Amino acid sequence: MNQTYALTAVTVVVLVTVLVGALGLRISRTTSDFYVASRTVGPRLNAAAISGEYLSAASFLGVAGLVLLQGPEMLWYPVGYTAGYLVLLALVAAPLRRSGAYTLPDFAEARLESQTVRRVAVLFVVGVGWLYLLPQLQGAGLTLEILTGAPHWVGGVVVAFVVTAAVAAGGMRSITFVQAFQYWLKLTALLVPAFFLLAAWAGDGAPRASFDAPAVFREHTVVTLAEDVRLTLDAPLSLKVTGRVDGRGHTAAPLTLEPGQHSVRAGARLEFAPDTPVPQTRATSGRNTPRWSRPMDGGRPALGLYATYGLVLATFLGTMGLPHVAVRFYTSPNGRDARRTTLVVLGMLGFFYLLPPVYGVLGRTYAPELALTGDADAAVLVLPERMVGGVLGDLLGALVAGGAFAAFLSTASGLTMAVAGVLHQDVLATRGVRTFRIAVLMAMLVPLGGSVLLTDVPVADAVGLAFAVSASSFCPLLVLGIWWRGLTPPGAVAGLVTGGGAALGAVVATRAGLPPAGWVHTLMAWPAAWSVPLGFLTMVLVSLATRSRIPAGTAATLARLHLPESVTGAGADPAAGAPSAAGPGPGARAGGAP
Amino acid sequence: MTGAVLAALAVAGAVLLLGLGWAGGRLHARRGDRAGGLDLGTPVERATFHTLHTASLAAPPLRAGLTEDAARKAAKRLRSLLGTEALCLTDRRSVLAWDGPGADHHERRAMARVAVMLDSGRSMSVRTECTRPDCPLKWAVFAPLTGEDGVLGALVAYGSRESAVLVRAATEVARWVSVQLELSELDRSRTRLMEAEIKALRAQISPHFIFNSLAAIASFVRTDPERARDLLLEFADFTRYSFRRHGEFTTLAEELRSIEQYLALAGARFGDRLKVTLQVAPEVLPVALPFLCLQPLVENAVKHGLEDSTEECLITIAARDAGAEALITIEDNGVGMDPAVLRRILAGEHGGSSSGIGLTNVDERIRQVYGDAYGPVIETGVGAGMKISLRIPKYRAGVHSSGPGQHPPRY
Repeated sequence: MNQTYALTAVTVVVLVTVLVGALGLRISRTTSDFYVASRTVGPRLNAAAISGEYLSAASFLGVAGLVLLQGPEMLWYPVGYTAGYLVLLALVAAPLRRSGAYTLPDFAEARLESQTVRRVAVLFVVGVGWLYLLPQLQGAGLTLEILTGAPHWVGGVVVAFVVTAAVAAGGMRSITFVQAFQYWLKLTALLVPAFFLLAAWAGDGAPRASFDAPAVFREHTVVTLAEDVRLTLDAPLSLKVTGRVDGRGHTAAPLTLEPGQHSVRAGARLEFAPDTPVPQTRATSGRNTPRWSRPMDGGRPALGLYATYGLVLATFLGTMGLPHVAVRFYTSPNGRDARRTTLVVLGMLGFFYLLPPVYGVLGRTYAPELALTGDADAAVLVLPERMVGGVLGDLLGALVAGGAFAAFLSTASGLTMAVAGVLHQDVLATRGVRTFRIAVLMAMLVPLGGSVLLTDVPVADAVGLAFAVSASSFCPLLVLGIWWRGLTPPGAVAGLVTGGGAALGAVVATRAGLPPAGWVHTLMAWPAAWSVPLGFLTMVLVSLATRSRIPAGTAATLARLHLPESVTGAGADPAAGAPSAAGPGPGARAGGAP
Repeated sequence: MTGAVLAALAVAGAVLLLGLGWAGGRLHARRGDRAGGLDLGTPVERATFHTLHTASLAAPPLRAGLTEDAARKAAKRLRSLLGTEALCLTDRRSVLAWDGPGADHHERRAMARVAVMLDSGRSMSVRTECTRPDCPLKWAVFAPLTGEDGVLGALVAYGSRESAVLVRAATEVARWVSVQLELSELDRSRTRLMEAEIKALRAQISPHFIFNSLAAIASFVRTDPERARDLLLEFADFTRYSFRRHGEFTTLAEELRSIEQYLALAGARFGDRLKVTLQVAPEVLPVALPFLCLQPLVENAVKHGLEDSTEECLITIAARDAGAEALITIEDNGVGMDPAVLRRILAGEHGGSSSGIGLTNVDERIRQVYGDAYGPVIETGVGAGMKISLRIPKYRAGVHSSGPGQHPPRY
């Protein structure tokens, strides 16, 4: 890949992001132009901003990588990422906006009138934010590694530095425009090359990717392994090896491996002849098709089904609890617009997610060795050069690389803003510009450290973990908070801690590699299927047990959440209206001013 | 190799534990010294301190008034203060909080007795006539909780036998609780006073402004009837907004709309001398903020820039998005003000100055809603213009804009 083009593209993306953010397209008018004030952010602009912020490395690189590795079953990821907004649209969007809350802790406080719930919510917002930032930085590391050969941690540090600097300097002021711009950039970066790739594919005689049989090397391919790999073979495999295989050293020696397990040490150089099947790198117990994902023991479809439900629940219900998504709804002028925005988001995401699977399928045909080296996430990046080639291939590759960096930048900056905002507001008690900068540093340093220290997990998987925690903690809080009168502060705290804590514990344990393989690992790696019901159940039961603690203002709050603003605003306003009329009788409970 | 490492680890661990133990011992000894050296008073004095401490713990919740939540928090403290079997706080109608055993079968009977006590207004001690052998609540003392408007509720203390000490103690505690409740009423009436003050102040459009606007509009009636009509509509919208009665809060978008109308009217009067720049980040337009808290500041800027000087007046109004806050600045290049004078105006010592009322009012209201940390920051000097910066948090409990009023269609 031509480094100059790609690096230029990345640099341009970074610069444009910072410039649009700093200079902004702020509305700047003189009074001869009336009603500046009525120009609130429209649903389409806001939807583009939400989509731009939401489409992270997991969507841009990860989905294609998973499809390449494991076939069409992985399409549940894009389906889940999108369908999350359907749940959001139906259950949460408008009431969340009407609550007037800016962050999720704000909502907890507005609904339950309790500082304790707020503090617990803060913990989970920060936890989910950090879990979500981690794969962004890792994806950036991978991208830069492929573009320039830089060590893995460099990309993460670059993104962390750019985002921290931009956010801390107040450079993300016109964040709506930045993020909307990023959406269109990302869409272009996948859409334009996709046309060229499909043309090249058609010109090549339209070879079909097969997901039932192992992928096949189409031409003479040389693979250098970056880490130790176990190969599982069903048939004898002929190849040339330079390096250590099964404990014996070889130097450019032709070798035929028998069916069974073989271990290949890092640094080995494997040469495959055309039409050789790509060896599987994971135990799949006799079946060629790896079903679902690594944690599965291939022979047990029940677990595969379980994992699917875990994934579906996590992504469907987790979207509403992502800190950077919730914050964006505040920009909508009212609940109705928030709902419209969500609808447009659904369309925009649906269109975008048509593209990554195309790359995944083409990658399985044209870059099958990625499955061997564990860099499947790079499929999107290497395809243009591999399939189109020449200057055009380089240019398209640069476009994709720029788009990938836009993905890291937009999601990372949105998350950093959200996490830093919460840290600044609730953790660092004193206020001022300097503490906000400290908060930005805190928001970024922890996941950066994690991305350098922790082992690699496929980007889309890692994001799935963040979704699981969010679905088990904030989904019960939001759904019950909006739709059930009986929710009490103790119930909310218990549900958050039990559901979210269980998911968080399982996720951390999985990432640390603690649980043994088998069904325990499956349960821990896909916690949403049991932790979401657990969270809901705990919240409901504890709330029922503490009925006396239902917040005094529940009726008024729920009315505000569910009635259109024009009704609550124009009519009688009992909450803020005439406090003197109530009189100081024993029942006058609503007299407390803020 | 591993054996050596293990041994080294064990030694290191042992040394660490030893060090911790020594440090802990020293700390404990020092604390003991200090406790021994201090005179904690006689047992009676210590008992007094204990009582005062318990009472001080019970006070804060009661300052919220006689609510269920406050009663629940206070009842626990009050029971340990009295040392009774059970303690119950009621309002005039129902039991608010019950601390101790027996809530299941005593509550209804207690309320019947409270009803009797409410009539007399005096505390009384009665046998509970509880037939359950294992129930320790045999005697109850009912003491009234009084506020400004008579009896608000009752404090009921249960004991296992009749005791004059309990009667006396319960009556005294009830009196103390009554004082706290009266204080809470005082707090509330102070808040109400402030609200009334705000209501009086916020609708205060300067009469001069009305005369001047109407005069300016009148001057256009013959020469440019179309413009006169537009201005009249602006004037109608502006007054509708300013005189609106409901809701304490509005959105930044609404407030800016009113400011635009105000500036249009002022512009009609002063013509080209007034130049205004608006820089508004659309993200912050939905932010809720106190009703009419920016308009007086703009009015001030226009006054300083135009009426008190003869040069061209530049006014810049900017609203920026800053994470969880909106940053609003209003700047003019007018005559400015001596900071010392401004300080006196804000402290309320410099009555009468009309420009001061707006500023002081906005300052007070913002601080009341968001706390002292959010007070407006004013940068000014004589002849150096004035810049007022406000930080408005995007969310604050209890701050909800009460929606847009119905605007008539403009045609």
